Amino acid sequence: MNVFRFIWQNHGQVLELTLEHLRLVGFSTLFAMLIGIPLGIVIAHRPRFNKPVLASANIIQTIPSLALFGFLLPVPWLGERADRLAILALTLYALLPILRSTFTGIRGVDPSVVEAGRGMGLTESQLLFQVELPLAMSVILSGVRVAIVISVGLATIAAAIGAGGLGEFIFRGLAMVDDRVILAGAIPAAILALAADFGVGWLERRLQPR
Amino acid sequence: MQIRGEGTDEESRPTFAEGTPVSLADMQLAATIPVIEFRDVSYRVADTQILSGFNLQVQSGETLVLLGRSGSGKTTSLKLVNRLLSPTSGDVRVKGASNGEGDVIRLRRSIGYVIQDVGLFPHFTVERNIGLVPKIEGWPAERVRARVQELLQTVGLAADSATRYPHQLSGGQRQRVGVARALAADPEILLMDEPFGALDPLTRDELQREFLLLQRRLHKTVVFVTHDLREALRLGSRVALMEAGQLVTVLTPAEFLRSTDSLASAYVRAFGEGLESAANRGTS
Repeated sequence: MNVFRFIWQNHGQVLELTLEHLRLVGFSTLFAMLIGIPLGIVIAHRPRFNKPVLASANIIQTIPSLALFGFLLPVPWLGERADRLAILALTLYALLPILRSTFTGIRGVDPSVVEAGRGMGLTESQLLFQVELPLAMSVILSGVRVAIVISVGLATIAAAIGAGGLGEFIFRGLAMVDDRVILAGAIPAAILALAADFGVGWLERRLQPR
Repeated sequence: MQIRGEGTDEESRPTFAEGTPVSLADMQLAATIPVIEFRDVSYRVADTQILSGFNLQVQSGETLVLLGRSGSGKTTSLKLVNRLLSPTSGDVRVKGASNGEGDVIRLRRSIGYVIQDVGLFPHFTVERNIGLVPKIEGWPAERVRARVQELLQTVGLAADSATRYPHQLSGGQRQRVGVARALAADPEILLMDEPFGALDPLTRDELQREFLLLQRRLHKTVVFVTHDLREALRLGSRVALMEAGQLVTVLTPAEFLRSTDSLASAYVRAFGEGLESAANRGTS
């Protein structure tokens, strides 16, 4: 197998690019969670806002990724470093699945449970942290899982603007018309996606309310 | 605690138990201040008038049943008591003070609340469900555990159900946990919104009977919502009949059966035979 020999011979670089890739995906997913989960909670509690917020996230999702990277390029501070830009773009893409799943998860909590909790004298924050979030957690995680899998794939395109990651191999391989080089980027990316999918999926099942 | 002025007859009378600080005068005084009072309460959402000109007093230790068809305003009235809803106009008073003033969280923790869908926390064990309010009230863990065991016994559940999850219980057991949870912090007032409505007839009968036995012991002030006349007559010390957001009449079960009020007699006709035995508060 030529591909695996190639990967083995270049394992230092494969590892480096894989770590870069992980960094892009990790930061963007983290930021998307930090924005998406609180925002999802807010729109679940205030139905007035859910349409405009979800619609905005939807629109972002429809922008082709290469175009979004391009749009963001002239932005000051961000444009200076390709990885900042890539992380921002990936964050925007990861927002919708996380936002939507948080919204769905919180809205899906049995209203009678919330009513009973409120009637018993739980404060709104006790209700959120002890009842709503634990009950919505597996649904929220399913969105995080989708976001990660999408990000792992999209992050390969970030190499087009010089943000690094496994996309480097893919673009280089395309230019060289060399399958081995393309696969040296694509195979580790696929493994990352599968591993993240499996890992978060396991967490999701663990946190499934009975 | 001497609230009355001097020279009233009651003070010279012997009390039930010598040496207890409760005098007959106190008891009568307590009985004159309603535990819950609706004063000219209206509630509307957008253009829909759900409750209008509602006046009602609930006395200490009684079980007042709100009876009426769906949409008559029973549940709304109940939620006005623990401030899950706020009246559009008028005043809901709990223990002599308007419930809109003061801390709503404190108010709710002093009122037990039981609903038809029970609303147990599915991710908590029975023990955590029952012990939640005592726990967030800062009771020590040992005392919470003891209280949970005591309540399990009170509502007729085995001690080992403490470690089970709601989905492992039957409908009747779940509602028993619901009642235990409402009683956890020993509230004076209990609000019950069709608590037995979703149960099969046998379980419902069983829980109604146990409710009567429990109420004989605990003397809570209970407001109980139902659309079932048989249940109303059996459990209520008084029945408040509601229709289209208004209070039609308040009657004792015996009065209800003899009532010439058109709505009351329509109810009696609809439910037919055997109501007298229900009104006799049969616990057998």
